[in-house]
Amino acid sequence: MSKMHEEVLEYVIDEYVDEDDDIEVEVDTALISSGIVDSFSMVSLKVFLEKKYGISLPDSEATPEAFDTVNSICELVIKFQG
Amino acid sequence: MTYSVKNREMFEGEIEEIKSKGLYKEKRFICSPQDAEITVEFPEGAPQAKVLNFCSNNYLGLSSHPDVVEAAHAGLDARGYGMSSVRFICGTQDIHRELQNKMSEFLGMESTLLFPSCMDANAGVFEAVLGPEDVIIADRLIHASLVDGIRLCSAEYDTFKHMNMKHLRKKLELHQDKRTRLIVTDGVFSMDGDLIQLDELCALADEYDAMVLLDDSHASGFIGKTGRGTHEHFNVMDKIDLITTTFGKGLGGASGGCVSGRKELIELCRQKARPYLFSNSMAPSIVAGSIKVIDLLTENTERRDTLEWNAKYFREEILKAGLCIREGNTPVVPVMLFNAKLANDMARDMYAEGIYVVGFFFPVVSAGAARIRVQLSAAHTKEHIDKAVAAFAKVGEKYGIIGLDKKGIIEKYGM
Repeated sequence: MSKMHEEVLEYVIDEYVDEDDDIEVEVDTALISSGIVDSFSMVSLKVFLEKKYGISLPDSEATPEAFDTVNSICELVIKFQG
Repeated sequence: MTYSVKNREMFEGEIEEIKSKGLYKEKRFICSPQDAEITVEFPEGAPQAKVLNFCSNNYLGLSSHPDVVEAAHAGLDARGYGMSSVRFICGTQDIHRELQNKMSEFLGMESTLLFPSCMDANAGVFEAVLGPEDVIIADRLIHASLVDGIRLCSAEYDTFKHMNMKHLRKKLELHQDKRTRLIVTDGVFSMDGDLIQLDELCALADEYDAMVLLDDSHASGFIGKTGRGTHEHFNVMDKIDLITTTFGKGLGGASGGCVSGRKELIELCRQKARPYLFSNSMAPSIVAGSIKVIDLLTENTERRDTLEWNAKYFREEILKAGLCIREGNTPVVPVMLFNAKLANDMARDMYAEGIYVVGFFFPVVSAGAARIRVQLSAAHTKEHIDKAVAAFAKVGEKYGIIGLDKKGIIEKYGM
């Protein structure tokens, strides 16, 4: 697992999983389609990625599909890092 | 013809997709006034059945109250059928002003503005008050209309974990650089029946210089010792900057909503809120009926006291019957089933037992949190509640879930 995967995974768990939730999140866990993250709450993840990695993610790219797993999120970040 | 066969097939395909996901909403027809006992045609074309209604927002049983109906009739006679105008052109009558003043007094706020619905109030309030220099920090389970309103606003927004004050504090710290912070929450959350810990939330708002907007649609009229709402219950009447609420639930159940709060904020809504500026006024008969509702609720607390007793009694009895519920102290009681098909099947069987309830599942609620939402009303009698509990016990027995907790039900049916 890359450093970026670790950082994003840590953020997702801290931001979206409650201490008493019975959920295990890994890099390939579905986040949006499983309901762990809803589209309304996704905004904080987008802001985190933009600040942390110095990128700007257009709304057309920050889709529920692209944000569905830590793996796909990291792919998106790498794409915009150039 | 622009609506081609191709167009028709495309839209039919979309409807089929909704059906295939199990999200299709069936038509249900009520053939009587709204009340605890109603006559229903369901499915469409089926013979009418008399059932007990445990899924309406008629919390105070005022939807068909004779005094409210009479007042609405009088309003129709005195002020006509419709306004044929938005509020600011020629759609404001003296009774609109009277209702606004009564709501300000009832809710303990400085000023009030009526909207065609609370959905409209929530769609308009954020954009009217905030700008791109500001941030909205919202509980993650707020009502869909607040989500829509927030998305329509140019302010930045963020969310905090449902009712998690530690997380809210973190978000308030994060956004200290913004001009204004507005915390947004429901008073009672409609799917879970949770009551936000508003005293703690207001203390954080004070500490971090934030304003508070409370949507009290599922609380106005009955939460708090005189039914003023969640802010009364937590003794923070003077700490709330904006309240949005509806006349479409406990307060008579017809339609209409309002934003109530600090007078400058309400004035901004009057000047800028698009649903206020571009949608028709509340109809005179509904305004007159709503005035009567507020008068009735101001006279005494009998109806909210009955509702409180009914909710407590149902919660106690359903637990004794061995069902699993989400604990709380509001008239919204989710009977937790976790599995979507189980929730749907049990709701159908409850209807066959003469109890009208509806199953809810993802994406309306979180995945794996399917439930039948029961809503109590002051119009329910003890006998109505006993009948509903007996039906839950019978249907629960059929599905083998009596006495099972979350783990047991999930082991048996999955999520």
